[in-house]
Amino acid sequence: MTMQERYPLAYKSYPYAKSPDQDAAAPVRHPVVVVGGGPIGMAVALDLALKGTRVLVLDDHEGIGMGSRAICFAKRPLEILDRLGCGEPIVEKGVVWNLGKVFHGEKQVFEFNLLPEKGHKFPAFINLQQPYFEKFILDHVRALQEQGLPLEIRGKNRVDAVEQDAEGVTLSVMTPDGPYRVAADWVIACDGASSPVREMLGLGFEGEVFKDSFLIADVRMKADFPTERWFWFDPPSGAGASQLLHKQPDDVWRIDFQIGWDVDRKEELKEDNVRRRVAQMIGEEVAFDLVWSSIYTFQCRRMTKFHDGRVIFAGDAAHQVSPFGARGANSGLQDTENLAWKLQMILDGTAPVALLDTYDEERIYGARENILNSTRATDFITPKSEISQIFRNAVLDLAENHAFARPFVNSGRLSVPCTYDESRLNSADALPGGPARTRPGSPCPDAPLGDGFLLGKLGAVKDARFQILAIDAEVPERFAAHGVSCDILQLSAVGNALLRDRYLGTAQGAVYLIRPDQHVAARWQIWNEADATSALGRAIGKEL
Amino acid sequence: MGKLTTTPNVRGADDVYAMLIDAHEGKTKAESDAFNARLILTLINHIGDAEVIAEALAVAEG
Repeated sequence: MTMQERYPLAYKSYPYAKSPDQDAAAPVRHPVVVVGGGPIGMAVALDLALKGTRVLVLDDHEGIGMGSRAICFAKRPLEILDRLGCGEPIVEKGVVWNLGKVFHGEKQVFEFNLLPEKGHKFPAFINLQQPYFEKFILDHVRALQEQGLPLEIRGKNRVDAVEQDAEGVTLSVMTPDGPYRVAADWVIACDGASSPVREMLGLGFEGEVFKDSFLIADVRMKADFPTERWFWFDPPSGAGASQLLHKQPDDVWRIDFQIGWDVDRKEELKEDNVRRRVAQMIGEEVAFDLVWSSIYTFQCRRMTKFHDGRVIFAGDAAHQVSPFGARGANSGLQDTENLAWKLQMILDGTAPVALLDTYDEERIYGARENILNSTRATDFITPKSEISQIFRNAVLDLAENHAFARPFVNSGRLSVPCTYDESRLNSADALPGGPARTRPGSPCPDAPLGDGFLLGKLGAVKDARFQILAIDAEVPERFAAHGVSCDILQLSAVGNALLRDRYLGTAQGAVYLIRPDQHVAARWQIWNEADATSALGRAIGKEL
Repeated sequence: MGKLTTTPNVRGADDVYAMLIDAHEGKTKAESDAFNARLILTLINHIGDAEVIAEALAVAEG
């Protein structure tokens, strides 16, 4: 059986090997099957496997795809991967950057600084080629598999059909040895923007297509450009309607050219033509190697529900955004941390199946925020109408000399984690004077603790653990309710101004109930067992 | 209750109107369009209140 490769591989990490499942008389049943071995699929599989669930990953390729693709990774996803045990090597390899500059022609019209706040383990952003990012996750998975992590990856296993009923899902899988069937309690589809699983289930993916195309060229060169994000509107080189320059590790630079809607893709992608454009931008005299190039168009769209029965969608399969703002892979990783603990508790029988509805609600809220931001950036970069172009140019003209116009300049609003303000899992804020950034629904901000950091201590990765965090407040040594036992962390903000700013505000003390994904479920001034019991029940979906 | 001033508020209305028209004197359509866009953005910044701007947009809608 020959199976077509859809893309070349950077690393052939999981070559096809025949599984005993393929010779079984009846489909072998797995608690969770993940379709797609990209960063989102691998992260959710790892998260669930660390919590003790047996996970099978099916990928139609045998490893990590070539091409740098996603390159900007934000703080929150790095924190998520740190919780899973592989955040540090990623940051070590990545390029940390803080400053962004926007030019109109030759003149700088806007500058932003991500202003790294003190007391966080991770930087606001790093740049790293996607194959490296994926390889760090996969290497970690491999090391843990040696120690018995219940995660199996099957390469060249392509899902060709999906059937489901109330009890479970059956997948028809094609392999080089022919087809077989596998059964699952739950399927998580992380099979990308063109998700075949979504297509097989006939589920919609509605949104907006932007009529422009962008040529990406990754070039290796010795250049003394600073480690900053540079974006040009109407660049002086004339190599594109807009142009982006961004540094990656290994002396590789990402260059994006906006080249218009009606282009001959094949012609534009010819190496000579790509090289000509790059030379036009960086100067004829600069020597460079062309590492990778691609042409892409933008869409901002999402599914109306993120799960259909027992098939759950995450990452690009569920929502797609334009790349401005780095909201693709970054939001996909936030899907995985939201999903993993909920599914784990449903599998354990601790939480009702309805808890999964809150995965849809919370992550659709996130997707809407991401789509809104990336649509606005794309509208600014590629104006849709004459009048929109006129206003865009007016902003850029004014911004050169007038500070007031600079906030209107939009070359992408960078990914920040979303606060689930409206979530039905939240309990009402009961900490008068508490900081807004840690209100119920918020992702916990990091803070320094002695020689370590707070987030590393919140919630054991094994099991889906809720956390009671007490700061200058008395709490019992143990607390369990609704079949969930919570981890307790007792701290003092005396002498720790950053912890105070982020978690107490003007309050003297506080007690937080924190979800396994490190989002705040509830907070109070003092411990009260009845309140904690009720908030914990609400947070695991008992009131849905 | 609206926050946008919709009662007469400009002293010397004729003078101000003439300033506006004079500013466009000798400009091509494209230059005038660009000028208007810069002017609107400048005034929007001066107002600075999204509610007032929303009310102004509704008035302009007619």
